[in-house]
Amino acid sequence: MVLCVICVALALIPLVGVVGYTIVRGAPVWSADFFTHAPTPEGIPGGGILNSIVGSLIIDGMAAAASIPLALAIGLYVSQSHSKIAAGIRFAADVMAGIPSIVVGIFAYGIIVNTMHHFSAIAGAFGIAVIMVPILVRASDGAFRTVPGDLGEAALALGAKRASIARRVLIPTAASGLFTAILLAVARGAGESAPLLFTAIGSQYFTASPMQPMAAMPLTIYLNGIQAYPTLQRIAWGTGLLLLLFILILSVAGRTASARLGRRA
Amino acid sequence: MVDQPEVASATLDALPPAAASSEPEPESILMLRKVSVSFSGKLAVRDVTFDVPEKRVTALIGPSGSGKTTLLRALNRLHDTVSSARVTGSVLLNGTDIYGGALHPTLLRSRVGMVFQRPNPFPAMSIYDNVVSGLRFNGVRKKSLLDEAAESALIAAALWESVRNRMTARAGVLSGGEQQRLCIARSLAVEPEVLLMDEPTSALDPQATRRIEELIDELSDRVTMVIVTHNMQQASRVSHRCAFMLMGDDRAGELIEVGPTDQIFGSPTDQRTSDYVQGRFG
Ligand SMILES: Nc1ncnc2c1ncn2[C@@H]1O[C@H](COP(=O)(O)OP(=O)(O)O)[C@@H](O)[C@H]1O
Ligand SMILES: [Mg+2]
Repeated sequence: MVLCVICVALALIPLVGVVGYTIVRGAPVWSADFFTHAPTPEGIPGGGILNSIVGSLIIDGMAAAASIPLALAIGLYVSQSHSKIAAGIRFAADVMAGIPSIVVGIFAYGIIVNTMHHFSAIAGAFGIAVIMVPILVRASDGAFRTVPGDLGEAALALGAKRASIARRVLIPTAASGLFTAILLAVARGAGESAPLLFTAIGSQYFTASPMQPMAAMPLTIYLNGIQAYPTLQRIAWGTGLLLLLFILILSVAGRTASARLGRRA
Repeated sequence: MVDQPEVASATLDALPPAAASSEPEPESILMLRKVSVSFSGKLAVRDVTFDVPEKRVTALIGPSGSGKTTLLRALNRLHDTVSSARVTGSVLLNGTDIYGGALHPTLLRSRVGMVFQRPNPFPAMSIYDNVVSGLRFNGVRKKSLLDEAAESALIAAALWESVRNRMTARAGVLSGGEQQRLCIARSLAVEPEVLLMDEPTSALDPQATRRIEELIDELSDRVTMVIVTHNMQQASRVSHRCAFMLMGDDRAGELIEVGPTDQIFGSPTDQRTSDYVQGRFG
């Protein structure tokens, strides 16, 4: 019992440490202006990270919009098929999930930025989507496989076609597992910086055009955090705390949903 | 996947009409001709031939592993989804070979429904949505039609009174026996000609089992049923005809004897049938 408490305490140290230190450094930076203004030019006080917040939402939104339907369709196929192709896809998703994100970044640079001849938010979204797809494939495959096989057979025995079995039985029955999968994948994608360094590159300006370079929270943390100026470092900490909270909320929500699913099963 | 059968359906179309008597012999709605099923080349059911009379209850009995479930699933092509499964021989539904290509499997399955061993209502759907799910799968959208079908299927499944005021509740709130009756209602809603039931009461308590048996009895004048059971009392209570299956030497299931239930239980012609129905093995 005592041992358990010690173990739990030890396990929580890194989490509490990172979160605590980020709060200590980041919280004093927060103000209404910080969230509602774009950065001011060098040397002029004030300004905020609105462009990074909006940029993250746009880039991650585009990545999610592209990867979720694709990856869930693949997950559905893989979960229902016993073929070698399905096993191959599962294996590929595993391997892909382990690819370092910096490599994903240079890949996105190589095929999108090089062809478009300039940095852009859409290239960043592509990089993030490449990170999200394998996570979504594995998690949605798992969620679909929790649906008992005899439900599909029951639908089949009522004269259902494959598409309506998927739409009316498999997806609704797996819904909370799929919800968890999406939240965790978005949390993972939103925190990635390496794919964005090569692609969206960051911007001092407020822009909503996917064809232009764009700011994003992870980039703002990196680009400001490595500067020697305390004002820029403060921006990095303030942004870090916001990104951390955003991701913590997504993962806690995702894990609570899956715990609830587990209890019901 | 599924072999083209050797028997052409056309030759079996013209059957002599049933002999007229005080109790006319019912027509055969399903005719099994040398039906075999194998998985990855290994036979699980060999050469089963018998007829299923219309609007009667036919029981498939036999010890565990004798291929009852496997044979039943061949009757609405559920094996199509199992890539290792191969069905040979032919199954005629009102004279049309279901493996012959003239009848699309989805259409076949809305004419030959199935109730499973474990009650399996769709958990993400309400009671109402479960009952009308088959109609929606088949493209029915009109609310008045769905409402009407739901009510009459639930009445037929003896469930209407207990669920009419909670149609929007999840199916999971029902007891096991009610869930199984909901599954029967769900099958009835698409108005199948034949209802296949694979040990529909094996997961239920005696009280719920009795209600399902009563229900089978009530339904037998509107739908043909083929019910798998390894409960002898149940077979003798609910069925008009019995088909007895047994595993052969190579572990493939074979049909030993088929006939009126009284005869199978009273004076079977095969010693193995007699041993089985008297509980001497299995
Ligand atoms: N999907 C399958 N794959 C491989 N073998 C199967 C499959 N389904 C059934 N079998 C085989 O068919 C035989 C008969 O099983 P089954 O039809 O379930 O018997 P019963 O319902 O009479 O207990 C079993 O020995 C089993 O090995
Ligand atoms: Mg069985």
